[in-house]
Amino acid sequence: MDFTKPTIEYGDIWPLILVFAVACAGVIVEAFLPRERRFLVQTVLTGGGLVAALVGTVLVWRGLAEHGDGAARGAIDVEGTLVVDGPAVFLWGVILVCALAGVLLFAERRIEGGVSAFAGQAAALPGTEAERQASTRGLEHTEVYPLLMFAVFGMLLFPTANDLLTLFVALEVLSLPLYLLCGLARRRRLLSQEAALKYFLLGAFSSGFFIYGAALMYGFAGSMEFANINEAVRNDLGNQTLLLIGVGMLSVGLLFKVGAAPFHNWTPDVYQGAPTPVTAFMAAGTKIAAFGAILRLFYVALGADRWSWQPMLWVVAILTMLVGAVLAIVQTDMKRMLAYSSVAHTGFLLTGVLGVQQASELSDGEITSTQAVLFYLVTYAFSIIGAFAVVTLVRDSSGEASAFTRWRGLGRRSPLVAGLFAFFLLSMAGIPLTAGFVGKWAVFTVALAAGAWPVVLAAIVCSIIAVFFYVRVIVLMFFVDAGPEQGEVASVTRPSVLTSLTIAVGLAATLVLGVVPGPVLTLADHAGQFLR
Amino acid sequence: MSDVTPFVVLSGILFTIGCVGVLTRRNAIVVFMCVELMLNASNLALVAFAKQHGNLDGQIAAFFVMVVAAAEVVIGLAIIMTIFRTRRSASVDDASLLKY
Repeated sequence: MDFTKPTIEYGDIWPLILVFAVACAGVIVEAFLPRERRFLVQTVLTGGGLVAALVGTVLVWRGLAEHGDGAARGAIDVEGTLVVDGPAVFLWGVILVCALAGVLLFAERRIEGGVSAFAGQAAALPGTEAERQASTRGLEHTEVYPLLMFAVFGMLLFPTANDLLTLFVALEVLSLPLYLLCGLARRRRLLSQEAALKYFLLGAFSSGFFIYGAALMYGFAGSMEFANINEAVRNDLGNQTLLLIGVGMLSVGLLFKVGAAPFHNWTPDVYQGAPTPVTAFMAAGTKIAAFGAILRLFYVALGADRWSWQPMLWVVAILTMLVGAVLAIVQTDMKRMLAYSSVAHTGFLLTGVLGVQQASELSDGEITSTQAVLFYLVTYAFSIIGAFAVVTLVRDSSGEASAFTRWRGLGRRSPLVAGLFAFFLLSMAGIPLTAGFVGKWAVFTVALAAGAWPVVLAAIVCSIIAVFFYVRVIVLMFFVDAGPEQGEVASVTRPSVLTSLTIAVGLAATLVLGVVPGPVLTLADHAGQFLR
Repeated sequence: MSDVTPFVVLSGILFTIGCVGVLTRRNAIVVFMCVELMLNASNLALVAFAKQHGNLDGQIAAFFVMVVAAAEVVIGLAIIMTIFRTRRSASVDDASLLKY
């Protein structure tokens, strides 16, 4: 049997390779550099690598070739396993920006008084002499930076994968480092470890479903490549039972990653238990990458089968929005409330996924669902990162104070920080002149154009419910007295320039996208359709 | 083309056993073993379908799944070990600080 050398288009995928190389270099730095120099080297290496990858993304974006009738741009690379097209490269850019924000938050040391938010020594048991020693010696885990980079690599790969196997590998590469990062909090370590355990067991369970679904799809189509699956679906080849079960199981795996109901149960626990910088990075990055993968899988591989998966997504979308919005009302913890609100946002994004896919089915000036979802992801990412960054600042004597009772009257003590938080909440609620409004408007329009009015109706009802719990937090911050009789209240710690920069960028993006959404919408439009 | 139905049915049974195990067992290590059983059931299905379709995609995928399963073991055991050392228990019921 002859062996033919595979062709690898390094020119198209070098940002991915660069991120991976930086992650590996980070591991080597951990092994060979003395402890006191690692922090600086790791942050510079990681930050520099991400900036270089971002520049590379822009270059790749400019170099995307027109393809076929001009609806899609890009090329299918590496023997059909990766596809570098408009939406994929657009998502690379968003993911890399989120990762940069993540690195800035990871590297913040001023809030904790000279150390990072991660455990000094994860192996030392909580409450023991070893932990106290690690704390007094100022130890910190700089391994978090390579872990972050591996996760970013997985996230970049996820929306780029063009076959089920690559999709599975990307899913694991993005998840495994996140499981570890979740368990590394410096304070409240029991909660953090528990979050890691829950995330890990449930994540592994769902990826079991995913790979079995992939096996069944392979049994149906005889190939793992999306184009061949599409061909088999279109021509009605193969066993329909395998196809249906396969689609169901693949959806379980992907819907788990985005935290859609009924697979959302891990979200609040993990978001609350994980160190807040990790939560910020994960809430944005995972969702962006997984929605890229969902769009590609459902549109490219299963586009011809949309009548069998659309009813399922209708139900999941409505359920997700209701569960997220209703359960957020009864929360008493800020991180948990934001987690449920992110579940609701997953529902809104799924509403967008149900929209019209082909530009040819629309009149001029209307947007397709791909664009709407891409735009929504951008708006969501900036506001959720900003909100979690603000949460890291609000502290009391025992560390971060995420309980609602501690936030009483924060607006009187620190009007600026409370105002910023209120602004991010208003954007998530979808108030006009913030990014969230334009995002919601975009996904609702595309879903309406596709006739999914019951879902849009549910989405509007849920948006109204959501306004209630966001505004309740604002009332809590600005209009409730922080009387001494009701226990301790939190105050705002002054952050270093790193966190301030993250919040400022989140604020600027949320504001600009709300007032002049045009440029980013055009950019999303320029991304075009998925390459088949 | 040979009939691979028995192998696919067996893989389905193994997958179901794994799935039920994850949902009913209490020890984190056993839960994790059941997840591994699910992955191996997928491997069996992949290899059976590769035989049916007469191409190697499924067999290669099985190797990837093995590698991923090994990586998952490394991460998983590390996390379960930390939990066990802190709480002196690997029961998934005891990890219940985060709820509602």
